[in-house]
Amino acid sequence: MLFTSFSFVLFAALTLLLYFTVPKRAQWCVLLCASLGFYLLCGMEYFIFILYTAAVTYLTAFLLQKRADAEDATVAANRDTWSKAERKSFRAVEKKKRFHILIVGLLLGFGMLAVLKYTAFVLEGVNSVLSLFGGEVGIPSLLLPLGISFYTFQSMGYLIDVYRKTARAEQNPAKLLLFVSFFPQLLQGPISRFGALHQQLIAAHPFDALCFRSGLLRVMWGYFKKMLLADTAMVAIKTLVEQSDTYRGVYVFALILLYSAQIYGDFTGGIDITVGLSEMMGIQLTENFNRPFSSKSTKEYWNRWHITMGSWFTDYVFYPLSVCRPMQLLSGHVCDKLGNGLGMRLPVYLATVATWFLTGLWHGAGWNFIVWGLLNCLVILVSRELEPLYRRFYAVFPRLANSRIWGAWQAIRTFLLMGLIRSLDCYRNVGLTFRLWGSMLTDWNVGELFSGGLTSFGLSVADWAVILCSAAVIFAVSHMGREQPLRHRIARMPVAWCACVCALLVAVLIFGAYGIGYDASQFIYTQF
Amino acid sequence: MEQLLQILNRLHPDVDFTQVDDLYGEGVLDSLDMVRLVTEIDRVFDVRIPAEELIPENFQNAETIYALIERLDEE
Repeated sequence: MLFTSFSFVLFAALTLLLYFTVPKRAQWCVLLCASLGFYLLCGMEYFIFILYTAAVTYLTAFLLQKRADAEDATVAANRDTWSKAERKSFRAVEKKKRFHILIVGLLLGFGMLAVLKYTAFVLEGVNSVLSLFGGEVGIPSLLLPLGISFYTFQSMGYLIDVYRKTARAEQNPAKLLLFVSFFPQLLQGPISRFGALHQQLIAAHPFDALCFRSGLLRVMWGYFKKMLLADTAMVAIKTLVEQSDTYRGVYVFALILLYSAQIYGDFTGGIDITVGLSEMMGIQLTENFNRPFSSKSTKEYWNRWHITMGSWFTDYVFYPLSVCRPMQLLSGHVCDKLGNGLGMRLPVYLATVATWFLTGLWHGAGWNFIVWGLLNCLVILVSRELEPLYRRFYAVFPRLANSRIWGAWQAIRTFLLMGLIRSLDCYRNVGLTFRLWGSMLTDWNVGELFSGGLTSFGLSVADWAVILCSAAVIFAVSHMGREQPLRHRIARMPVAWCACVCALLVAVLIFGAYGIGYDASQFIYTQF
Repeated sequence: MEQLLQILNRLHPDVDFTQVDDLYGEGVLDSLDMVRLVTEIDRVFDVRIPAEELIPENFQNAETIYALIERLDEE
């Protein structure tokens, strides 16, 4: 069921009606039924996979909690008799046992994701080696359940939190199932943390007019971004990619700009619908974006774009890898042999490469995604190494550091660099993408663009007008809301709120890409 | 505390760590510094800081870092 379909609008309206009419203590049951119903409507065949993930998560967390409670009780009972060393030793042994339980849970959870998502990719690699010897293995066609990467990562994050004792395991399996399957965020995130979401899901939420108005405005804003900007641009991107032999040179640059607009409208629009719908019910989800295209560096961009995924990888992959005992020992060894400079950098750099490799793989089973991750990593590490140079540069030109023009240039540079790397998503072929990047330097066809080229790849003049006007409106609203979201101010003024909702609805109905003959596009991030 | 301030000063000689209130929020410490700090604390205090403790609240200023070291040493 697409967020942009009429059936979803009806489904959401019915859920809201039930949510606010049933007794408060039963609200979470409405959410659970709606979430399971939503996933069933998305595809009956997917259902067993989410139940499996919830079951693995529940049982593993239950065992982890049981051991942790027993450990704490034993330590408390022996507080006066054990020495500090004895207590530490006991805790270390117990932590190891809990770690083994965690590993089993993670293998079962991530194992299913790995089998379903990466089997074909791995076997294709195996076949490319076997073909040298004339061999081949069959590649099974496996089902990839919608949103599996999102709900698996959210569930496994919860398991790690229980292992770390930063969360207590939920005893009620139905309540845990709700945390795993909460329908607004099921297909494209945000990847919520247990501590930030779980209590909100099961708490009572009386109707709050301000939250409702603010949430509805955000939902409408999400539809505006998705249906005016992202879906209008989609047709052109499809043509530019499918006919990449024809559309080279400046058209690759056009694709970079159009795809940046599309993915921004699509992903942030989808998240706006998710967060807005939750806000209408009084549930505040973690923000996934913070004006990403105003970032002045790649590092800043990744602190502002898909924030929940970035923080997941930082907390559960990057830090554990960089401070684990083997890495610390390696670091110490390299410090002794090759000096502190390299030795101190080594844990961070190895962990950064591993994190970005996995981030790429998370997005999809393909070399283009892996190269995409590693290129992001390369830019971040090179920028880090160049920091002393930047500091010297700003010492020579101190006024630049606070210059708005220089800041704008940095934002444009970052936007273009991220767009360039992101085009690997579109062409899905590393060699082809690199050749097309090269064509921007070798094929000088800028003139073509203005002699009919701009309307040759599926966009009419009216489509361009819709894209440019909606992008301008989105930019202006984003700029005005940099201190406080604009919708919070508008929601306090009922007349202005009504006018904004109506204006957005009219804009979507008149200018949005939908209707008979329109191939409704799934949100890009649901495929991840 | 003196030893911790020495470690911090080795990371950033230009920063007065007794005056900064939010090392992480103000961008004084980044991920590389955090990992370096963990390595140095392990070496000097013989206290291992696990990954789950690498959260902004624990690294707000020299005092919170020292409180973390004391707590982990005690546990």
